[in-house]
Amino acid sequence: MKYESQRVAMPYFIFALLLFAGQIVFGLVLGLQYVVGDFLFPEIPFNVARMVHTNLLIVWLLFGFMGATYYLVPEEAQTELYSPLLAWILFWVFAAAGTLTILGYLFVDYATLADVTMNRLLPTMGREFLEQPTITKIGIALVVVGFLFNILMTALKGRKTVVNIVLITGLVGLAVLWLFSFYNPSNLTLDKYFWWFVVHLWVEGVWELIMGAILAYVLIKITGVDREVIEKWLYVIIAMALITGIIGTGHHFFWIGPPEYWLWLGSVFSALEPLPFFMMVLFAFNMINRRRRNHPNKAAMLWAMGTAVMAFLGAGVWGFLHTLAPVNYYTHGSQITAAHGHMAFYGAYVMIVLTIISYAMPIMRGRPYGNSNTAQVLEMWGFWLMTISMVFITLFLTGAGILQIWLQRIPESGEALSFMATQDNIALFYWMRFVAGCFFLGGLVVYFGSFFIGGQASAAEEVRGPATEDA
Amino acid sequence: MAERFTKSMARNIYLGGSAFFVLLFLALTYDTQSRAMPERDNRELITAEVAQGKHIWEENNCVGCHSLMGEGAYFAPELANVFDRRGAGDSATFKSYMRAWMNAMPTNVPGRRQMPQFNLTDEEIDALAAFLEWTSKIDDNNWPPNIEG
Repeated sequence: MKYESQRVAMPYFIFALLLFAGQIVFGLVLGLQYVVGDFLFPEIPFNVARMVHTNLLIVWLLFGFMGATYYLVPEEAQTELYSPLLAWILFWVFAAAGTLTILGYLFVDYATLADVTMNRLLPTMGREFLEQPTITKIGIALVVVGFLFNILMTALKGRKTVVNIVLITGLVGLAVLWLFSFYNPSNLTLDKYFWWFVVHLWVEGVWELIMGAILAYVLIKITGVDREVIEKWLYVIIAMALITGIIGTGHHFFWIGPPEYWLWLGSVFSALEPLPFFMMVLFAFNMINRRRRNHPNKAAMLWAMGTAVMAFLGAGVWGFLHTLAPVNYYTHGSQITAAHGHMAFYGAYVMIVLTIISYAMPIMRGRPYGNSNTAQVLEMWGFWLMTISMVFITLFLTGAGILQIWLQRIPESGEALSFMATQDNIALFYWMRFVAGCFFLGGLVVYFGSFFIGGQASAAEEVRGPATEDA
Repeated sequence: MAERFTKSMARNIYLGGSAFFVLLFLALTYDTQSRAMPERDNRELITAEVAQGKHIWEENNCVGCHSLMGEGAYFAPELANVFDRRGAGDSATFKSYMRAWMNAMPTNVPGRRQMPQFNLTDEEIDALAAFLEWTSKIDDNNWPPNIEG
């Protein structure tokens, strides 16, 4: 760790991982409710568990992005963080607000929560992923503004690197697009259209900038490859991401009211959306092949390769599978969507946060070259267990989705099975998905276990040395 | 990548490409919203009752189990066409169906998926029905493929 203030990333990472654990537990509750319909009813109905599952994901990824930013921006800028105190204050504010919101979901009836938080004054609640009370949404906006102020003040006083510029561009985009979460007109089609300005333009837009920047940073550090090469790749990747992803928003406009030209625009541009993710795979493997040293933190390198591959599979391939309008006509809102959502979020955003955690946590804990070999082996077991489980979750949901479409969507009215009858017919796939989910939890426990093993790795050996001074 | 392809070329593609597509997206959004949507979403039919129905839909987190125009959760049936499926396209029939349905929940059949009891008044259920009826009439390129949603 080159700057003492980078250490403020630590609480962000730890809290992110705790919320991750909560997300997985509620994921298992949902998985079981899919097959044992009255499980935990009426105490925790499905909609509550789902809201907790998805909102925990969003919040812990934001904690992860913030931790990553606090860690890498000072080092890239070659200066201490503008205000570590502000970072700590915002940590506690965000952690308290996030925890209170989740407890509100669990212990207060949603309609009552809407009432006591005065949703009627500025109604924003009750929309998928944006279920947070309006007051929480305002809180998130304020925390992000404070965070951006701290980061901008840091970046502006120091060295301006491409990694920092791209990361901060992504974070500013995240903040600006969040404002659309406050727009909720009575007209459902308008509501839905601009809802995607938050959801799509986050995950298929500005978040890719954040992911690309974090990946580039970790690759600079572990491979020792010249920054000029890495930055060129980063520009190409984010160019592809925005050129395809912005008009690619149209693949969400097929069946919610907008006119027919979106069928073409959405299909063509979103069919190209796998490109930036494919570039990330080439990027990660190329840089690692051209490495100037063998970094002893092999676990971090595994995560870096893993996130590129899994993001390509989950976001790229599984996205492409159902993005063309004639296909999407049948798959829209089926279990295919759920399959894609799970692998895409895991591959792109969960794994990029775990990549930076794997690289930065040992350093912040006084192990500059990484954890001990035993700890890394355990961490890699966690990697494989979670990743393979997620592959199976995705495959089982895809199977469920194909059968669902076959039974419920393709036959004519009158011959098609009803939604609930179809669900009964595909229960076996849901059971298998639940079992895969249990393995995922096992992988998470192993992964957490790796943090409790002492010792550290020894210094890197240079293979095509010398590594750049940045590394 | 070949050395002839420099970092500043990559940066210019990024800046030029994203600026162009942001502007194109804004132009398309303007066209969609100002020209196309008013005809497709029948916005003149959004009465106070429909608007109230949307609030009830939101404040009870209906989208946490159901999908609406294919968006939401996939735990319970699609509701953008429930007016056609359960109301046979008739307002009065649909409203009486909705009252009977909402008041019968939960079924408490062991092992089955359960819908909570939301304790809505008759007036609130009627508003929810009006909202779902309006939704069913949006021009959504003929989705879903059949009546089952």
